[in-house]
Amino acid sequence: MQRESPQPAVLLELYRAMLLIRRFEERVYYLFLEGEIPGTLHQCQGQEAVAVGVCDALETSDWITSTHRPHGHALAKGVSPRAAMAELYGKETGCCRGRGGSMHLGDPDVGMLPAIAIVGGGNTVVTGLGLAFKLGRTGQVAACFFGEGATNEGAFHEGLNFAAVQRLPVVFVCENNLYGASTSWERVSLVPSVADRAGAYGVKGEAVDGMDVVAVRQAASAAIAAARGGEGPTLLECRTYRFVGHSRSDARGYRTREEEEEWKLSDPIVRLREQLLEDGIAEAALEAVGGEVDAVLDDAVEFARSSPDPDPAELLADAYA
Amino acid sequence: MPDLPTGTRRLTIAEALREAVAEEMRRDESVFLIGEDIGVEGGFGGAFGVYLGLTDEFGHERIIDTPISEKAIAGAAVGAALMGLRPIADMQYSDFLFECMDELVNQAAKMRLMSGGRLRVPLVMRAPVGASVRGAQHGQSPESYFAHVPGLKVVCVSDAYHAKGLLKSAVRDENPVLFFEHKLLYGTKGREQAGGLDLTAEVPEEEYLFPIGQAVVKRPGDDVTLVATHVSLYRCLAVAEALASEGIGCEVIDPLTLLPLDADTLWTSVRKTGRLVIVHEDTLTGGWGAEVAARAADECLYELEAPIKRVAALDVPIPYAPVLEQAVVPSVERIEAAVREVCG
Repeated sequence: MQRESPQPAVLLELYRAMLLIRRFEERVYYLFLEGEIPGTLHQCQGQEAVAVGVCDALETSDWITSTHRPHGHALAKGVSPRAAMAELYGKETGCCRGRGGSMHLGDPDVGMLPAIAIVGGGNTVVTGLGLAFKLGRTGQVAACFFGEGATNEGAFHEGLNFAAVQRLPVVFVCENNLYGASTSWERVSLVPSVADRAGAYGVKGEAVDGMDVVAVRQAASAAIAAARGGEGPTLLECRTYRFVGHSRSDARGYRTREEEEEWKLSDPIVRLREQLLEDGIAEAALEAVGGEVDAVLDDAVEFARSSPDPDPAELLADAYA
Repeated sequence: MPDLPTGTRRLTIAEALREAVAEEMRRDESVFLIGEDIGVEGGFGGAFGVYLGLTDEFGHERIIDTPISEKAIAGAAVGAALMGLRPIADMQYSDFLFECMDELVNQAAKMRLMSGGRLRVPLVMRAPVGASVRGAQHGQSPESYFAHVPGLKVVCVSDAYHAKGLLKSAVRDENPVLFFEHKLLYGTKGREQAGGLDLTAEVPEEEYLFPIGQAVVKRPGDDVTLVATHVSLYRCLAVAEALASEGIGCEVIDPLTLLPLDADTLWTSVRKTGRLVIVHEDTLTGGWGAEVAARAADECLYELEAPIKRVAALDVPIPYAPVLEQAVVPSVERIEAAVREVCG
């Protein structure tokens, strides 16, 4: 596919969206080490182009499902930084009122289910979203994010096949970051490309450079248009890399520092920044975006810190509607 | 059973369920069916014929035949329910529910809490249970697994009247409802004449609902409370009839909903009789009877005159040979022996 570059104004918004995720994750990691944020973290530094490229191609009324690593998806789909941060703090003002936490960020108002932290769990649930859109003729699309590790789950196969035979308006977005926790993709699949698995289900499969937000956005737009047009699902493989460990305690002994450095040369934010400068955007304008992002995050952290804890007395009311 | 309106007929459970589904689909266009072999022309109308003929009225858009993909069935039901539809999902055998435990236990049951109460999952999952000479993987009664899960509701129906009223309530409920039916109770008309169990019940012509969370006293008695579901319920009724001539009064209760349990009806009865026998075809250890027994001890211990007894399937996988299978599930003889023991 010929790479088409959007207008600089569009690129600048993609830059802003990716930078927000990167700095959110960096801020969260620091706050976690400081002991302010409880629990554990699965962070997505390095993978921002996938979340932003896909979500920018979706409408607000479209929906996504996410994974145990959902911070980037949430921010890209439009969950407010305040509500996302407060959720990580376990506060009543969080997007899930402190009941979800890091692995279950979501917000129905912007079309994001609480993230599903069971590997492959979203791959069947997303078919129900697609079914509802199809039966209701709503014109909406559902995108399902998952890692390459999920493609060895039964749910991946059942969900993709069912979506295919029903021609559901669904896009399956595989974030292939090469490692399922510590286990490399090549150890668990004799098929080098996830996208090739699409052939088993009679749907289109496409592999794209997941470190290039423009390429992701372009491929996602085509897949979304096909889904919306009744052509059924696409399996979109975005090749990417997580710059950090799987979770907070991961020392990354299963991969080399050289491999990490090589991937960092493809940092999606640095790449887009270089393109913007080439396109004539002033460096000061990019710095201004950084300052705005920092201000948003300052506000989000302050909001989270000052928000009330949930009331345990209300807890049992949440199990049933 | 409440007083029936004048216009009643006798229906089998399968017929009553079919009416419930059709009525709800006519009433609310967000209701749809999803499962294996449910709407195929020339097919079965579901594994036990409950949906026969429905495709003629509702078409394939609302009666969705799936691949043999239980995870996809359950996942699609969860997702569609989250988007505001009301799926009735079909498991051909309840044993297959283990194929989609993630979708039911991790997704359906937890989405409401995980969303901070912002989402709801109004789905129904129908599943046939019970030993019927099909062996270990088509004969289980796994309802207790689900009665352990906060966020789910668990219903077990044993007659056509309650099957219809409860299925309609389940469709309208805002939560995921697991709806368990016993394979031997779907019934065909005429068995009564043939000397077997009459598996039909009077069902009003008029629309009615029966609430989830309400037990019914099937037979009043003063000496011992029997709590049982499905086929075991009918065996309890047979024991009650046999012992009545000896002056032992059995109060037989069909709990109908295991989660949430109708504690008021149960403990009112136990406080009156002072004796409790719980009977189910689920296996003994960790079965729902253990929960009822523990709660009865908690609530009524000082009003009990005998130890609480459970009569359940033996703790082995269901074997095939009829003589072995019947040795595993609660028999009339085992139930009667338990009743005599507590009344002795």
